[in-house]
Amino acid sequence: MSEQIEQAILRKYDAGFVSEVESDTFPAGLDEDVIRGISAMKNEPEWMLEWRLQAFRSWQKMKEPDWAHLGYDPVDYQAISYYSAPKSMKDKPKSLDEVDPELLRTYEKLGIPLHEQEMLAGVAVDAVFDSVSVVTTFREKLEEAGVIFCPISEAIEKYPDLVKKYIGSVVPRGDNFFAALNSAVFTDGSFVYIPKGVRCPMELSTYFRINELNTGQFERTLIVADEGSHVSYLEGCTAPQRDENQLHAAVVELVALDDAEIKYSTVQNWYPGDENGKGGIYNFVTKRGVCERNAKISWTQVETGSAITWKYPSCVLRGDNSVGEFYSVALTRGRQQADTGTKMIHLGKNTKSTIISKGISAGNSSNAYRGLVKMGPNSDGARNFTECDSLLIGDTCAAHTFPYIESSNPSAIVEHEATTSKVSDDQLFLCQQRGLDAEKAVSMIVNGFCKEVFKELPMEFAVEAGKLLEISLEGSVG
Amino acid sequence: MLSIKNLHVSVEDKEILKGLNLEISEGEVHAIMGPNGAGKSTLGYLLSGREGYEATSGNVVFAERDLLDLEVDERAQAGLFLAFQYPVEIPGVSNMEFMKESVNAVREARGEEAYTAAEFLKLAKEACKHVNLPLDFLKRGVNEGFSGGEKKRNEIMQLILLQPKLAILDESDSGLDIDALKVVAEGVNSQRDGKRSFIVVTHYQRLLDFIEPDFVHILADGKIVKSGGPELAKEVEASGYAWLEKGEEATA
Repeated sequence: MSEQIEQAILRKYDAGFVSEVESDTFPAGLDEDVIRGISAMKNEPEWMLEWRLQAFRSWQKMKEPDWAHLGYDPVDYQAISYYSAPKSMKDKPKSLDEVDPELLRTYEKLGIPLHEQEMLAGVAVDAVFDSVSVVTTFREKLEEAGVIFCPISEAIEKYPDLVKKYIGSVVPRGDNFFAALNSAVFTDGSFVYIPKGVRCPMELSTYFRINELNTGQFERTLIVADEGSHVSYLEGCTAPQRDENQLHAAVVELVALDDAEIKYSTVQNWYPGDENGKGGIYNFVTKRGVCERNAKISWTQVETGSAITWKYPSCVLRGDNSVGEFYSVALTRGRQQADTGTKMIHLGKNTKSTIISKGISAGNSSNAYRGLVKMGPNSDGARNFTECDSLLIGDTCAAHTFPYIESSNPSAIVEHEATTSKVSDDQLFLCQQRGLDAEKAVSMIVNGFCKEVFKELPMEFAVEAGKLLEISLEGSVG
Repeated sequence: MLSIKNLHVSVEDKEILKGLNLEISEGEVHAIMGPNGAGKSTLGYLLSGREGYEATSGNVVFAERDLLDLEVDERAQAGLFLAFQYPVEIPGVSNMEFMKESVNAVREARGEEAYTAAEFLKLAKEACKHVNLPLDFLKRGVNEGFSGGEKKRNEIMQLILLQPKLAILDESDSGLDIDALKVVAEGVNSQRDGKRSFIVVTHYQRLLDFIEPDFVHILADGKIVKSGGPELAKEVEASGYAWLEKGEEATA
């Protein structure tokens, strides 16, 4: 039976095609001139360049972290190109009609048509291709509501005060090795600002695509929800199937001011490498949000791609009564390795956090949950609930759980539940006896296991996530 | 519709069934009784294709196909249904979704059109009422947190929805109180339409008070040692299985 399961998990990666686009790509290597070059390509003001250079100088003194439960060959940071953009984007197309059709076709193939009339109703998209944003849809409609949704490079030009105030306020430029690298060389990403009391009229989403060979993608996303506002944001990621490993080191900062709410969902499907572990994306991501009084940040992630995942979307619950949530499904198969989880830092009184993590390991993969719940000295009445479930498919994979709990307040309550289970032969047999084939059976069992997380995704994407899991699991059943 | 000839079955290299013969025609209900360890459950698992149950010799023809050549799901699609003695839980997968996918997989394999969500909902509600389960059981995870009796009734609900040619009930009476037993029996009886066949595996005669079999077989030490009509079950009820151990030969 487990052989059948293995079959069903054999990989098939639908997004693995390469787009034939002529690009301007920096030669491989990283020094201050490269950073000046990136800054110049983006027409950045002096303060931004200075900020980057300081990040770079602190990065040079830092050591790559090695505490994660991951094993990979050292990354040669001088062998990567830090900027690549389609030539056609140089003249900054004013409308969709001026965008290279090959770029539009790329997104269409991925199921994300960028013509507004063809899009999912109610979802605005920022499409980032290698180092630049190709197009951002529905901008006018959003502007009517006062919502700013644009590439971060454009925000630096147009809204320097907002960017200056908040960039690095949640993830400081020297926060950690990968965040420092990102701060030095980040190229594009999205900027969102929701004004006071506004409920964003549409779902916002950014779709990241790495195309160029030997290029890293370093995007930076900054979302600021002003007092009493509300926004739901989703990011998706894919990359071509290549034999070389590629680096993706992103930073996401969320700022939820008093009474604001941010819901941030990720469907991560970077190329995971082949079954022998050749190729695939190294995904080193720093995501963090700060909640002021009564604010709420909810992270939902569905992680099915990447050869290496190092990612801990976190909440700093600074304001009283603020709420942090983390819902995660991480699926690893083949030779994939994931070390992912969250940090909930309770500083304010009566702060609440919920962590629901579902890890699914198949093939020869390794899947680790790593989470910190910290109750500060002033967090009177704070509460956390953590549920951490692992599902094993087959007998050559591994699941690990590393929970850290630090409490400096006697009135704070922390609950942790953890389970590990296997897709049992009994469950498979029941499904097959009712007429379902083995693949369908496993995908149904896994989907059931993830249900608590999927129901947190915006509706349009919950279906997508279920399907993605199905594709990922194809061939993994026995 | 089912013909078993000289069937030998091993589990982990131990022979459990040792030359079993059984002929079942359309519409017949056959009860298989016997002491614990006689191989009653093995027969159901072997017929449904469970891994680890190996037919070392003999053959089985079901609905004019060589049953032993088919995969588990193909046997189900061909119309073979097994009601489990201990149904397993599938957390997070709703009963409704599970059954809809199953029924449609079977229909599609038969070249019939899949039910729409609305069509299936109607059928599922009827089936749910039929086995006396509250409708919210359709939304709950498959067997998740169900009591023993609820699980058994849930199995009968699946039988009703899947409309098999042959249903094998593996000790569907075990652990049931008399009321639950009646519900299960009524569910089964409602599916007796003169064409559908049943194999009712049970240790006790009790279930057969409610599901009247056409034939009763006594299985002991891997073989059918005696066959007869419903009266045979009553004999067992009166005298137990002790006579088997005295080495009395089968007379049927």
